[in-house]
Amino acid sequence: MYAYDEIDRTLVNERVSEFRDQVKRRLSGELTEDEFKILRLQNGVYLQLHAYMFRVAIPYGTLAANQLRALAHVARKYDRGYGHFTTRQNIQFNWIKLAELPDALEDLAKVGIHAMQTSGNNMRNVTSDQWAGVAPGEIEDPRIWSELIRQHTTLHPEFSFLPRKFKIAITASDHDRAAIKIHDIGLKLIKNEKGETGFEVLVGGGLGRTPFIGKTIKHFVHGRDILSYIEAILRVYNQYGRRDNIYKARIKILVHELGIEKFSREVEEEWQHIRNSSLQIDDEVIEDIRSRFTYPAYEKLPHMPDELRQAAADADFEAWRKNSVAPHKVQGYAIVTISLKPIGKPPGDATADQMDALADLADKYSFGEIRVGHEQNLALPHVAKRDLPALWKALDKLGLATPNVNLITDIIACPGLDYCSLANARSIPIAQELTRRFADHELANLIGRLHINISGCINACGHHHVGHIGILGVEKNGEEVYQITIGGRADEGAALGNLIGPGVKFDEVADVIEDVVEAYLALRERPEELFIDTVKRLGVEPFKERVYATR
Amino acid sequence: MTSPLEQKKIKIAGPSVVTANRTWDGIVVYRTAAKSWSADLSEAAIVRDPDEAKSLLAESVADDVGAIGPYIAPVQVGADGKIEPGNLREQIRRTGVTIGQPAQA
Repeated sequence: MYAYDEIDRTLVNERVSEFRDQVKRRLSGELTEDEFKILRLQNGVYLQLHAYMFRVAIPYGTLAANQLRALAHVARKYDRGYGHFTTRQNIQFNWIKLAELPDALEDLAKVGIHAMQTSGNNMRNVTSDQWAGVAPGEIEDPRIWSELIRQHTTLHPEFSFLPRKFKIAITASDHDRAAIKIHDIGLKLIKNEKGETGFEVLVGGGLGRTPFIGKTIKHFVHGRDILSYIEAILRVYNQYGRRDNIYKARIKILVHELGIEKFSREVEEEWQHIRNSSLQIDDEVIEDIRSRFTYPAYEKLPHMPDELRQAAADADFEAWRKNSVAPHKVQGYAIVTISLKPIGKPPGDATADQMDALADLADKYSFGEIRVGHEQNLALPHVAKRDLPALWKALDKLGLATPNVNLITDIIACPGLDYCSLANARSIPIAQELTRRFADHELANLIGRLHINISGCINACGHHHVGHIGILGVEKNGEEVYQITIGGRADEGAALGNLIGPGVKFDEVADVIEDVVEAYLALRERPEELFIDTVKRLGVEPFKERVYATR
Repeated sequence: MTSPLEQKKIKIAGPSVVTANRTWDGIVVYRTAAKSWSADLSEAAIVRDPDEAKSLLAESVADDVGAIGPYIAPVQVGADGKIEPGNLREQIRRTGVTIGQPAQA
């Protein structure tokens, strides 16, 4: 966990007071909606179909148990008893009243949570690997650097009125769980040949209307120079990024239009002006941030405790363990992913009761810590292996032990037309129907790792471009129509999916996905060949043929 | 279902209303003939040509404290005068999400 200092606490509290005054002036008519809109957006408040939506930041996906209880409290007191975890380590509440928002913010501020920069054309919540600090083999805890960037960019005037929103993600492992290649800036912690810590820097990734995979702009930037290098990128973006056309305003368009070589030269020139300035980070600064991250006092525990050995006889437990439990860097401990994808339910939703109960389980089994991943699942990062059977039983009672992590029913979906004012088509009912079709665990296991991503419009909040199977809802002649892509991925091998053919109607989507999966099962060379690898080997054609031959 | 955020011109193909979200709590409201807002679609003022629509929208936009984001939305008016939303988006805004929500804690 990270402990905020007095400066952070003051900043968060002052922000609440400021927003309270702004809301008061808006409700009295002193501020018009045009004047107020940018202020509410800077505090995570959108207007959606049915009500205001309130987006709260969970920096680098780390929550303390008391913070999760505060989110449950907000869900219960100010909303309708649930929240929705997003693809960028935020939580959204869908039914907030503007008049009550300052109180909700004040309640969250008491536990160090805020909604600053969760919307608007500024630097958004810096995200990271939800297994940060506990994943075996990582270079070091990437949250230290996420926190450094958070501190530097929060309310920074130069980054508060960018041409468009700006997102940074950081990973420190070879396997990318933070989807850095689809971010405006992606940072991968690495060591150079001298053993110094630094970053491979990628730029210009993003999805939406014009998707791009991020490109490496510099193979190694020393850790002490990372703020100046990021600032150099942002200065070039601020100078050349388009403000006249919202569809061309993201940095990915600038990088694409200039070309990575020219963009890189511009950044390099800017960087030389500022790299030896006050932006160079002293070791003490990093050490101070590092010291504020506290880690559990792990016990010395056996690799295979008796409790785990005995529980292995239970097939249901084993099914859950196999896809929910991952190795931990400390012997005797494990990382437990908690699926927020129960069969037939909206992906990423959790009730206030579930959040409270999970906070209790985190206290009991995970040193009071919870993580949030971009796949819209949660994780308990420090579970003693001997406690896994007891934890599984407790999660099962809460409806949180669906054994489908990374399987076909572990679907990422945006809120879609059920909630979102930008959406053209529904996402959640498609996800619900697909989870019912593939509810049989043996079937899902037979299919193996397969990620479905669903977006209800071209803005791609469900990251459909990088789903192994991507589903994009559009509107055609007043009807919901869905375009299907295959072959996308969001990890270190990030790629954009390819369209398999004409769009299909709402009622046909699940049938089409079943056809795609049946084609895969027939085409794969062996059971271990993942869907994504079969698509890579054979391309779109055999799948297209299977889907459209009879339609 | 094209988002009203993309509405460029006022074009109406049939009976329409002006809808928005109430400022203090965000709920869906409709502009009434009495120059007020109502959460009940049956109380909405119906417009049938662009000039009427333009006028109702202008009046709605002017009431910036009462409701935000007003736009023109299609409706269907039955033989009995009953007003129903004219597309799926407006149906969802009127009746709520189509998916069921987690039980209120």
